[in-house]
Parts: sequence; structure tokens; C-alpha cells
Amino acid sequence: MQLWYSLVDLLPFSWAEPGSMFFMKNALLAVLVISPLFALLSTLVVERGMSFFSDALGHSAFTGLAVGAFCGLSDATWPAVALAVGFALLFTWVERRSELASDTVIGVFSATAVALGIFLSTLDGRSFTKFNSLLIGDILSVSPEKIALLALILVLVLVLWATQMNDMTLSAVHPALAQSRGVRLSVQQALFNCAVAVVVTLSMTWVGLLVINSLLVLPGAAARNIARNMRQYTLFALLGALVCGVGGLLLSYAIGSSTGASITLLLSAYFFVTFAFRGRRA
Amino acid sequence: MRSYKHIGVKPTECERSCCLRVDHLGVRFGNDEILKDVGFHLHCGELIALIGPNGAGKSSLIKAILGQMPHTGTIRFHTAGGARLKPRIGYVPQSPSFDKGDPVSVLDLFVCSISGYPVWLPIPKALREQVRACLARVHGEDLIDKRVGMLSGGELQRVLLAMALEPLPHILILDEPFSGVDVEGERQLFALLDEVRNSYDLSILLCTHDFTTLSLMDKVLLLQKELLKAGTPEEVTASEEFQKLFSVTGGNGGAA
Repeated sequence: MQLWYSLVDLLPFSWAEPGSMFFMKNALLAVLVISPLFALLSTLVVERGMSFFSDALGHSAFTGLAVGAFCGLSDATWPAVALAVGFALLFTWVERRSELASDTVIGVFSATAVALGIFLSTLDGRSFTKFNSLLIGDILSVSPEKIALLALILVLVLVLWATQMNDMTLSAVHPALAQSRGVRLSVQQALFNCAVAVVVTLSMTWVGLLVINSLLVLPGAAARNIARNMRQYTLFALLGALVCGVGGLLLSYAIGSSTGASITLLLSAYFFVTFAFRGRRA
Repeated sequence: MRSYKHIGVKPTECERSCCLRVDHLGVRFGNDEILKDVGFHLHCGELIALIGPNGAGKSSLIKAILGQMPHTGTIRFHTAGGARLKPRIGYVPQSPSFDKGDPVSVLDLFVCSISGYPVWLPIPKALREQVRACLARVHGEDLIDKRVGMLSGGELQRVLLAMALEPLPHILILDEPFSGVDVEGERQLFALLDEVRNSYDLSILLCTHDFTTLSLMDKVLLLQKELLKAGTPEEVTASEEFQKLFSVTGGNGGAA
């Protein structure tokens, strides 16, 4: 962290003065870790048509935190991760077994998760207020330990992407072909769903439930407007997420708005700009 | 009754030609019998069409041969030299319609299926060359940077065919290769299949609804749960079973 702080001290911002405003410096580092993490996931979320599903997962992460709090745990992160992974696996299983369209299944799961979360957190007349921070998120409260954890997750996702991206892409684009090439669709699906579940749950506290899905959808959606192949797709999503992430943080500091919402709005702008240029590609 | 298995190749020659031999193949789904006692031989260089009404078990038969479906009976393969081995099968599945905005190029699709190299990193020259060489087999080198959503039906089939030919299989199986392909594309695709089987001496099994191409096949298998008829295209199309199933003369949708 010392190295990071001395690096940030070189930046020409008022909050970058040495020895002060550590929350802002932490937040900047967190954004630099979270943005690529979500950008990578978003390329596949969009490619697989799972933006609604990732939304539902966010809800289940909320349920997990509520269950943890209900059980009186001071740090409910890991139970919440376990619950979200369980939810993701259960969802994968139900979707394969069920005859229903997948958005219907997601709707069922999402509603159940939210209802359970609110039910548990308000039981015995408790106040819901303490969960408000989960809805909006507060990146300025991130601690160096949590950034390290997120960085570890980023490395894991990079490894997963390096080894599984081909199979995942193939099963998204052409399931029958993937199957004939020996790709096990359900394994890929489960693996990907779990990755999303873990990332969403761990970053929930800082990004916020209401904003998290936009981070999982917008970078990929914007990049998809202009990308001609998978390399451009990944690159545009990464660049967009990084620029909008850092930009959103600085903007929120400058005008005192919510960081998550600022990042999301910049990403939306990125989407509409690329949308205007979508006809340019071959 | 089973003599039709060896059209084109006399029984004694079966040993000298490579041969996929299906015997007494049966598939059940719970209480439903999908396929019953299906048997045929497929020799290298042969082009065989599998036809039958919807729900006749064509897909199940293909899946059984691909090893994706449990079945009774045997599926064996031996090479021209007589060596028994598990055949390498190239499969061209029926294609979904791609999203036009899909940021997946033909090169990407290839890299995803034939290589372990992560498709989201810059692709090495050698790999790109390999893909180009694969596409050259189907005269599709210029498609390499096209996005899959922008391919015509015929181009897509060529790309998928090129993919099925890497690594070179013993047997090529195509599921409805002519659906979504216009007349010109169909002609080109057929010429290509003919070229492929001659240059690589492999056997081709395709299932089709398109009877206009039947006359170009070596052999036709008419399937409805059982193998109703097998033989040359003329024999099969003239047969009572074919007429009855497809009601060619009546034209009332096969109700007959």
C-alpha cells in the first residue's frame, strides 16, 4: 500500500497530497481492480445473454448478507458468497431441468431472493436502514485488505478466462458445435455462474446492488456495438470500464455525488456513443 | 434382405475399404422406442443421405454415432487396412441463427474450437495461418475476419465444414446442411462435399429434408424408427415406403 500511496502522491489532485485522504486513494485502487474484473465478466454476460441473471445474482448476494446479519455474524461476506454460489448452482440446475424460458426461471429466483432477504432483515420489527448502504454502495469505505481480496479474485478470473474463455464463448455462440467438440455445456454454465456470483457478492458492499448490474452489462454492451472480433470486444470493454470507473470516481469527488451512480452514468454515455458508431464496423 | 448394405462395394471388398458398420442399433427414451434394429455400412468415399419425416429418429441416430446418446447394438469402425479403432468424426451441426451484432469473427470461432489459445488475447501469426489453411480447404480464406453474424447461410456451412475437417476426420456427418442455404449456395456446397470426399477419401453422412439433392448421393437411407428402405437414390425414391411417407404424388403433407 505504501508503494501505491507514494505513486498516487505524484498525481495533480488536491486529495493526492501526501499523508491525507487515504480513503480516496484506496477507492482509486479499488476502482482500478474492480473495473477490469467487471469488464471481463461483462463480455460474457452480454455474449451469453445473461444480464437479467446477473441482476438476480446481485439480489441473492443481498439475501446472503441479510441471512448473515440475521444469524448475528459481524462479517457476513463468506456466508453470503456461499449462498450466492449455491443460488447460482441451483439456478443452473433448475434451468436445465425446467421447461420454462430462462427469464421466467430468473424472475422466480430473483423474487424469492429479494423477498427472503427483506423478510429476514425486517423480522422482529428490525429496521431495514442498515442495509441501505448495500443498495447504493460506498466505495470510499473500502479497506486495503478488501482491495487485496478483490485483486486476488481478479487474478483468479484472469486464470479462468485464460483457460475457459474459448469453451465459454463457443458454448454461448453455438451450443451444438461446442457439444460436438467435447465442451460440457452445463459445466461451463455452472463455472461461469459461480464466477459471477462470487464477484458480485464480494464487491456488493462497495459498488451497491442498484449499480452492480450496470457494471456487469454496460462495458460489454458498449464494446459489442463497435467490436469486430473477440480481441477488440475485450479491449473496448476493459478500456471503457477503466476510463469510466476512474472518471466516475473523480467526478463524484468533485461534485459530491454517489460514486457508483457516477460510474454507471459515464458507462451509459459510453454505450450511447458507441451505439452511434455501430454502423462503422464491417 | 440386408444385401443393400453393400451397394457399390461387394461384401468381400468391405474388408478392404474403411467402413463404419452399424448393427442392430436401438435407442430408447423411457418407454418410447426411438430407433429399432438399424443397420448399415458406410464406406470411405461414399456420400450417404439420411432422410425421414420429422421425429423419425435421424438426430438420435447421429447422436448415437457421435457417442452422445446411449444405445443398444454396435457401431464399429475399421480402416482400409483392417485396423479397428474409434473413428474420428467431423460433425457439422445444424446452426442457430447468430445475432447480427455478435463480435465473434470466423477466426474467433475457429480459435475457440480448435485451439486452447485464449481467444481474447492477440492471436499469434502461426495460429492465424493454421486457420487460413483450414478455410482454404473450403475455399473460404477471405471469410477469416468476417463476423459470424454477417455470413450467408452457404458461407456459414462452409466455415462449419472447414471446422469439422480439422483435424481430418474418418467420417463427416452433416445435420441439414442445406437448410438456410440458397440454390447457388447449395450447388457450391455440394460440389465442395464431392471434392472433400475425393481428396480426403472420407465418408459423408448427411441428413436432409431437401429431396432435390438426393439424386447426387451414392446411397439413401430412409428412416422411420426402423430403416424402412436403403439403396440408390432411384431405388429409394421409387419405393412404396418413400411414396407412402412423403406422399409425393398426393402432395397433402404426407398424410396419405
